Amino acid sequence: MNKKMKKTRNRIIVTLIIFFAVFVLDKVGILNNIGISEPVRLVLYVIPYLIIGYDVLKKAFTHIIRGQAFDESFLMAVATIAAFAIGEFPEATAVMLFYQIGELFQSYAVGKSRASITEMMSIAPEYANLEKDGTIEEVDPEDVEIDDVIVIRAGEKVPLDGVVTEGESFLNTAALTGENVPRRVTVGDEVISGCVNDKGTLKVRVTKGYEDSTVAKILELVENAATRKAKVEKFITRFARWYTPVVTIGAALLAIIPPIILGGGFASWIHRACIFLIVSCPCALVISVPLGFFGGIGAASKMGVLVKGGNFLEAIAETTTIVFDKTGTLTKGEFKVTKILPDNEKGLSEGDILEIAAIGESMSDHPIAQSIREAYGKTIDSNRVKDAKEEAGHGLSAVVDGKQIFLGNRALLAARGIGAPEHSENGTIVYVAADGLYVGAIVISDIIKDGASEAIKKMKSVGIRKTVMLTGDRRETAQNVAREIGIDDVHAELLPADKVSEVEKLLETKEKYEKLAFVGDGINDAPVLMRSDVGIAMGSLGSDAAIEAADIVLMDDDIRKIASVVKIGRKTMRIVKENITFALAVKFAVIILGALGLANMWEAVFGDVGVTVIAILNSMRALRVKD
Amino acid sequence: MKKKFACEVDCANCAAKLEDAIKKVEGVQDATVNFLTQKLTLVAEESEFDAVLEKVVKEAKRIEPDTVITI
Repeated sequence: MNKKMKKTRNRIIVTLIIFFAVFVLDKVGILNNIGISEPVRLVLYVIPYLIIGYDVLKKAFTHIIRGQAFDESFLMAVATIAAFAIGEFPEATAVMLFYQIGELFQSYAVGKSRASITEMMSIAPEYANLEKDGTIEEVDPEDVEIDDVIVIRAGEKVPLDGVVTEGESFLNTAALTGENVPRRVTVGDEVISGCVNDKGTLKVRVTKGYEDSTVAKILELVENAATRKAKVEKFITRFARWYTPVVTIGAALLAIIPPIILGGGFASWIHRACIFLIVSCPCALVISVPLGFFGGIGAASKMGVLVKGGNFLEAIAETTTIVFDKTGTLTKGEFKVTKILPDNEKGLSEGDILEIAAIGESMSDHPIAQSIREAYGKTIDSNRVKDAKEEAGHGLSAVVDGKQIFLGNRALLAARGIGAPEHSENGTIVYVAADGLYVGAIVISDIIKDGASEAIKKMKSVGIRKTVMLTGDRRETAQNVAREIGIDDVHAELLPADKVSEVEKLLETKEKYEKLAFVGDGINDAPVLMRSDVGIAMGSLGSDAAIEAADIVLMDDDIRKIASVVKIGRKTMRIVKENITFALAVKFAVIILGALGLANMWEAVFGDVGVTVIAILNSMRALRVKD
Repeated sequence: MKKKFACEVDCANCAAKLEDAIKKVEGVQDATVNFLTQKLTLVAEESEFDAVLEKVVKEAKRIEPDTVITI
């Protein structure tokens, strides 16, 4: 509780005591018995009223002077003064009292949820140990410049991005990725701000100023998330702009017209109008919607998933189709030799085939050549290879140990009149021919990521209806990968530009209220990320490009978390809709009952502050994550 | 130029009203009042930023007298 809140709390306590004393004496008839007149009785109620309500009255007054009529304090002031005017003294004081209690509770609850979100985002470093001329000084991270050297002791946060120059340690990335996996770092390794140094002391040369470091970027992103408003949020702000004036005018009409037409006293109609004024404040609606989204975004970031705005949380909740890029997203993007197929009749072993290929490819820097050399593993004597010639898109020819060899696809061999059996293995197949004869083949494939099929299963279980994979790879390879992971639909052999048009086709075929998400590694699929309803990118810890292009960033590249984000989105939307429905239902019920003379001021106070408090408490549920 | 300021606002609706009003101040390119983080983000031309900020603070006081913007 801050100073302002404590002051309000004390005023509430004092007012409660005085009010109850007066109220009890009044109701049991003592005031009447000792001959207290009506004006004195009024004064007795006005004293606690002023103690609790003077600031509201002052605010209302300044607002009227400045031409700001439909303001909460103005409405409260008018409602309570009108209640005094028609002789409802206890009600007038009580309405003001409960209004203040509600306001206090509201700011307390908002402060609480604000604190829990800030705590969740407590990755911001408080200081950096700057090393200068052999001495170490504690400074604000913002004052550290590029190329300065900072010291990070065990247990401290990494304040800025940089490169280790001395020492080695394990870094805990939990605050960034939500996962408690220590990463080993040593001299020359990059460190990212927001991680916690687990063990030894590190000296780090700073490579980015605070403003550009990972921590500052993430904090900025989460804070700005509130500015990208969801549809419901926009709707509610528009609604609130109309609601208050309409209800207030309704109150004025209710106080004047019926008594004139129907005759009878003004008092009962003014009483009804007061009820209108009390429930006309839209705060319950206006606060509970962004608070729900803030909670949902907070819950996601706790898991290591950054959501850039309430609108994206809303969109992911409505997503039914998820499109994946293959390489780097579903597969690791690392090519490895997975199989060697020697031709039985030629009598060469797997090792022989690999050796020929590795030597033949020794001059090439193609990823496939690299993976073959890696699989071979031994140092290559470059004197054994001569006349290596690449044939783009097909393979290469070379002379190895005096033998003419060809390495590449079947077409390359066929062009030289060398027949080879067709293999349908998963991946890229390098056919090997030596001395005019086919001797075997090497299969190189990209490795499917751990948990890829589990991720697809989870997405299906949370209601994603269609999964699609886009790739530039061969059709058979793509289909094999899709089958293994459980993807519904494959579009293979695509050029980068084709990916955008494929996504556009998918966007056209789906229903309007359904959304499409695209998942990519964020490196070269920025146009697709932007074209889809929700772009999800792999963050790969600190990849600026991905963080920039996407709407949702998976900080640790784990696509299993997509299903959890969908769940968080749905839960948030449910909470937000509950709040809106509940608040509107109660307010309209009170308005109708009030107009008919069936509701009193106590119910109206519930319709205002009670509803707000319940809506806030409900919103706070969005913060909690269940896997 | 974009800058952030601590901005104390009392209620969510007040923040929304404040944001609307600040956006209409002459020279303001964009503005957001975030009730949850209690922050005002102001975008204006660098050369006239201080003058715009002064106008914004004045307007904020007019709309919501309780607002405290820390510069």
